[in-house]
Amino acid sequence: MTDNNTAPPQAPDDDELPRPAVRRRRFSASLIWLVPALAAVIGISLMVNSVLQAGPEITITFQTAEGLDAGKTPVKYKNVIIGKVDKIRLSGDRSHVKVTVALDKSADSFATKGTRFWVVRPRIGLGGISGIDTLLSGAFIGADVGDSQDKEDDFKGLESPPAVNHSAPGRSFVLHSDDLGSLDIGSPVYYRRIQVGRVVSYRLDDDGKGVSLQIFVDGPNDKFVTTATRFWNASGVDVSLGADGLKLNTESLATVVAGGMAFQDPPGPHDDTPAGQDAQFKLFADQGTAMAPPDGTPHYIRMRFEKSVRGLDVNAPVEFLGVKIGNVVSVRLDYDEQTQRFPLIVGAVVYPERLGSAYVKLQAMAKMRGDNPDMTKMMGRLVDNGLRAQARTGNLLTGQLYISMDFIKNAPKVTFDPDARPLMIPTTGGSFDKLQEQAADIVDKIDKIPFDSIGKNLNETLGGLNATLKQVNGKTLPEFDNTLKGVQKTVNTAGDALSGDSPLQQNLGTTLQEVQRTARSLRVLVDYLSDHPEALIRGRRADAKSSPASAPAAAPPSKSPKQGSTP
Amino acid sequence: MSAPAKVQALPRASELGLIGCHVCGLVCRCPGADGGVAANACCPRCGCALHRRKPASYSRTWALLIAAFLMYLPANLLPIMRTASLNDIDDNTILTGVLELWTKGSPDLAVIVFTASILVPMLKFLVLGMLLISSQRQTGWARVQRAKLYRLVEFIGYWSMLDVFVVSLLTAMVRFSVLSRVEPLPGVIFFGLTVVLTMLASMSFDPRLIWDGRDTDD
Repeated sequence: MTDNNTAPPQAPDDDELPRPAVRRRRFSASLIWLVPALAAVIGISLMVNSVLQAGPEITITFQTAEGLDAGKTPVKYKNVIIGKVDKIRLSGDRSHVKVTVALDKSADSFATKGTRFWVVRPRIGLGGISGIDTLLSGAFIGADVGDSQDKEDDFKGLESPPAVNHSAPGRSFVLHSDDLGSLDIGSPVYYRRIQVGRVVSYRLDDDGKGVSLQIFVDGPNDKFVTTATRFWNASGVDVSLGADGLKLNTESLATVVAGGMAFQDPPGPHDDTPAGQDAQFKLFADQGTAMAPPDGTPHYIRMRFEKSVRGLDVNAPVEFLGVKIGNVVSVRLDYDEQTQRFPLIVGAVVYPERLGSAYVKLQAMAKMRGDNPDMTKMMGRLVDNGLRAQARTGNLLTGQLYISMDFIKNAPKVTFDPDARPLMIPTTGGSFDKLQEQAADIVDKIDKIPFDSIGKNLNETLGGLNATLKQVNGKTLPEFDNTLKGVQKTVNTAGDALSGDSPLQQNLGTTLQEVQRTARSLRVLVDYLSDHPEALIRGRRADAKSSPASAPAAAPPSKSPKQGSTP
Repeated sequence: MSAPAKVQALPRASELGLIGCHVCGLVCRCPGADGGVAANACCPRCGCALHRRKPASYSRTWALLIAAFLMYLPANLLPIMRTASLNDIDDNTILTGVLELWTKGSPDLAVIVFTASILVPMLKFLVLGMLLISSQRQTGWARVQRAKLYRLVEFIGYWSMLDVFVVSLLTAMVRFSVLSRVEPLPGVIFFGLTVVLTMLASMSFDPRLIWDGRDTDD
């Protein structure tokens, strides 16, 4: 090989050079082809593996790709990675984002209808904090598989995590409410102040006249929701100032902040069968109305008040003989061309079934008489009996009014049209109105009294009186004094005359003795005459002398006590 | 051109019936006919198997080269390294790593990695394939350049292990639990296999084959 190798060919001698030893070969050189074969097997197995491992590819539509990373963001179910985001691209109209996800082979069942996908990001809400782990690990796509077996590869991603996993034990129910209040998705549902569920979703009703809420009650507590269960909104602090006074109510501190609802069975006997999946309930505004017996169908009535109804608010109660049967829903002004006045039209919703058994009886009676079923004819009969609506003062402190329906004695007759819709209930002035009228009358009368002239006359009279008194003081009183002195003298004289040692007294004693003797003689005479009346004519008989003699003998004993009694 | 021509004029060992030991350099008298060597001749001094050219050089080199190429595909398609930091898990293949280096402001490093990890193995396949084909066809085209090319391939062969070293070093050193972590991924094994197999292929190629076939050329 080298240039300086100048040795001539065939220079080495055969004998000088050693001969190679001969040994048996151990393996064939062709075995080397095992190496590429092995490599091919490995390569093919890798390829086959990757083909076999590749699960279905699905597309999920999101509003935004925030936090998503092509090739990195995992898809997780119960925190197990079941796939990975492959591509992220905008939709044709740029309104949303299409995320292509390569699912694992084992996650084949996730590419079915009903599977839900959402992006798990850290969320901080009033109800709590979720997805805090994604702060460190980055966002991921959560998945929840449904029941369906139908294949599907195009999904619409949820913008927020579903409140309930498909496999979670429990039941969902649908509640109907007038408005959402302070409820939100995730708001707690309480049973005896223990959280047993939450609000899953809400939407406006199709007619826009209410809100439907879907709630989920976790098992095993879902069995406490029976067909008779009442739900009520326990959100926030409920402060109400009405004719009933001030009310303040809360369920728990959490509901004050985040809103919530509660449910319970009504007191008394009720149906205990657990409610079925997606059973419909009404969501009441508060516990009081929820626990009240069912209201039945509402009836709209109208009342026309001639006087001001200041203090009558919407929601003021309507009472029938003290039983609350409804609420005022509107207070509007009207104009009457004939009387040139502004009557007030008050609209109210009443629930006749709140009357309880009275309503049942009235209904039965109405049916018996063949009245129309909504009982307006029966109402007309009640109006004939004096049923009137009145705006009464419910709370003297705040001046709140309420509508009272009462039977008024001697109410003036009114025409009642049972076919009018809404029903027009005749009214009468309120009790307070009457009081005011009477007070005004009194004030009027007081006004009419001629206080001026009375005062003038009184003044003159007093002047005259003054002059009279002066006269009395100047003349009459000194004379009176003299008269009194005269009287004094007379009395003194009389006192002297009556004293014990006065001659008048002694004369009186002797005079009385004389009178006594005279009386005795007179008695003797009378006695004699009674025995001998003929003596008046014939005179005294001789044989009768003895008897008058016995008579004086009897007299001295009667005389002695007389003398004894004399002082 | 004068020197090779002169060298080509010289007689070959096989023509003289001689054979040299690869290991100890002892020259023996070859008994085999046709300038060949006995199937199981051994060096009488060191006991090493004697052969005029590396045995089955073509088939071995071809086999190893094909195996290396088969490994080269997964080495580039599979991720070789996982970088897990606080909020991010990043799997990188060689090419994405190069792209990342390029876009994140280290074009020099990107060039180095690209050269060492993608360009050099690719060049080795091309060069060895070219050498094999040209030698099998016993063409006399650019023999000196081909020999130089072979020496270059042999020399730069182990530098292709750069990526494997980077991954193994990072794996060993970047271990901060949650904060930061580097893990090797299957791609690096295939990449290492590719490098080893290409080195073996270039080793099993006998550069003397380049100079064979003088007779046909002449």
